[in-house]
Amino acid sequence: MSNQTKLFTRADKEELQAYLDKFENALLSLDRLAARQILSEIMGRFKKEESFRTLEGIIVPIMEKIGEGWEKGDVALSQVYMSGCICETLVKELMPAQAGSSQNGKKIAIAVLEDYHLLGKRMVKSVLLASGFDLIDYGTKTAAELASSVIADGVEILLVSTLMLPSAMRVKELRRILADSGNAVKIIVGGAPFRFDKNLWKEVGADATGNRATEAVSLIHKMMEGKDRA
Amino acid sequence: MPEPSMTSLQRVLTTLSHKEPDRVPLFLLVTMHGAKELGLSIKDYFSKAEHVVEGQLRLRAKYQNYLVCNFYYASAEVEAWGGSVIFSADGPPNSGAPFIQSPGEIAKLKPPKVKQTPCLVRALDSARALKRMVGDEAPVIGVVMSPFSVPVMQMGFERYIELMFERPDEFAALMKVNEAFCVEWANAQLEAGSTAIVYYDPVSSPGITPKQKYLQTGFEVAKRVISQIKGPVAIHFASERCLPISGEIPGTGAIAVGVSSLEDLAELKKAFNRKMALVGNLNGIDLPNWTPADAESAVKNAIAKAGLGGGFILSDNHGEIPFQVPDEVLTAISESVRKWGTYPLTWVKDYA
Repeated sequence: MSNQTKLFTRADKEELQAYLDKFENALLSLDRLAARQILSEIMGRFKKEESFRTLEGIIVPIMEKIGEGWEKGDVALSQVYMSGCICETLVKELMPAQAGSSQNGKKIAIAVLEDYHLLGKRMVKSVLLASGFDLIDYGTKTAAELASSVIADGVEILLVSTLMLPSAMRVKELRRILADSGNAVKIIVGGAPFRFDKNLWKEVGADATGNRATEAVSLIHKMMEGKDRA
Repeated sequence: MPEPSMTSLQRVLTTLSHKEPDRVPLFLLVTMHGAKELGLSIKDYFSKAEHVVEGQLRLRAKYQNYLVCNFYYASAEVEAWGGSVIFSADGPPNSGAPFIQSPGEIAKLKPPKVKQTPCLVRALDSARALKRMVGDEAPVIGVVMSPFSVPVMQMGFERYIELMFERPDEFAALMKVNEAFCVEWANAQLEAGSTAIVYYDPVSSPGITPKQKYLQTGFEVAKRVISQIKGPVAIHFASERCLPISGEIPGTGAIAVGVSSLEDLAELKKAFNRKMALVGNLNGIDLPNWTPADAESAVKNAIAKAGLGGGFILSDNHGEIPFQVPDEVLTAISESVRKWGTYPLTWVKDYA
């Protein structure tokens, strides 16, 4: 938010913050109509500031805050998910230009390994779409199937969402198959097993992990800028 | 120190009454490790009741476990409704693609008939045989998925959240049919030989459902269901948090609660204030990485925080120990409970 708001006067910032607080409350109350109304007002009020009209300036900071609230135990996962769904819909309705544009410098894909628990994938996908990224959604695949798709499509950043420990362990197999083919796709993993075991992402050969959906945005930015290397 | 003399069941009943038994009871929820003992794949192991019975008895002897369990795997309930199950070589059978594809299908759902559904009958046969084998020496634990949580497998998490928040009529219809099944399934297990039922309800956690919504939904569902189950019930949050609803959970009628490693046992003990016994909270996902020394340290720490005065059963935080956890860690947990869990816990006052 700071990058966007530094162009504003103090009065603008205060007014903006009041709007954003209302927007956050509307999302957490799952009030789609109020969220739409507030977002429309923000966009109308600050029309002169083109930079602020970017999705990242409005939605991602709020989603980031809601995600942090979930990590602290103040916000429920269902609220995070529904907030993402509402934002995804609003992006399509109110900002069709941004929804169609792409921030990608690299080809990005997302998948779940051998599991039909798809909530985490959907949440990350919502945040990325709302942030202006295009991505391929592979749904549920085995490690071998996913490796084939990644190679065939030339994917450069792959996000893998997991809920169960066996699915998380499959990332190791995925990495091995890809490495055997000489493919060095960047793999970002997330989900419960990686939250309960802080070193698991390294053990399975991933390049990064995130505790919440919105972290995917900053991790991808770092990878696109080549800043993910230790 | 006198040799403890209570049976496993007496220990459990004593601690559930918030009194100190001779030793902290250990519920080592090894549901899949029986396959290793019998040299079978997980799929073959779960294909016959006699496998699970033999596996549970061997594991009880091996780890001096304080229970046997007629629970197979969570997705058996999806299988019972006609959904698919995906078996894996190194983990619990997982639910396949959701069998409810749209809310419109809910009105047509008919609960499975418990005594005519093969995967449920196997669990009932196991309960019967285990009860015959252990008698009143140890509890036989049965399991149901909460009607409020099982829709995650029935229709997918994301569709279920949308149903819960935005389609109250279809949500109510789904709870009605799920509750009818859950009550019948729980009581069939008790009738077959289970001593108590664990009611798995992670979706009721404030980490997943906001407290206000929980009080209107998951809490009411649990109250209705538990009041119709003809035996003791423990509610389990399967690794999810429950501290913010600790004041409400006793109102469901459950007598014990399975708690998460994400929350502090001492805080939980204080919050539940003898209204419910605690079951937990070793970090299941982390267990495969532990050394025996890690296991001893974690057991000691848990007993120090929650053991005094009873009302505590040492267990993992998820209710299902990962297949990857090695024997030496499970043995270390068991030995550590015997070493540090013998009452009176005189060492606790000096434990930092």
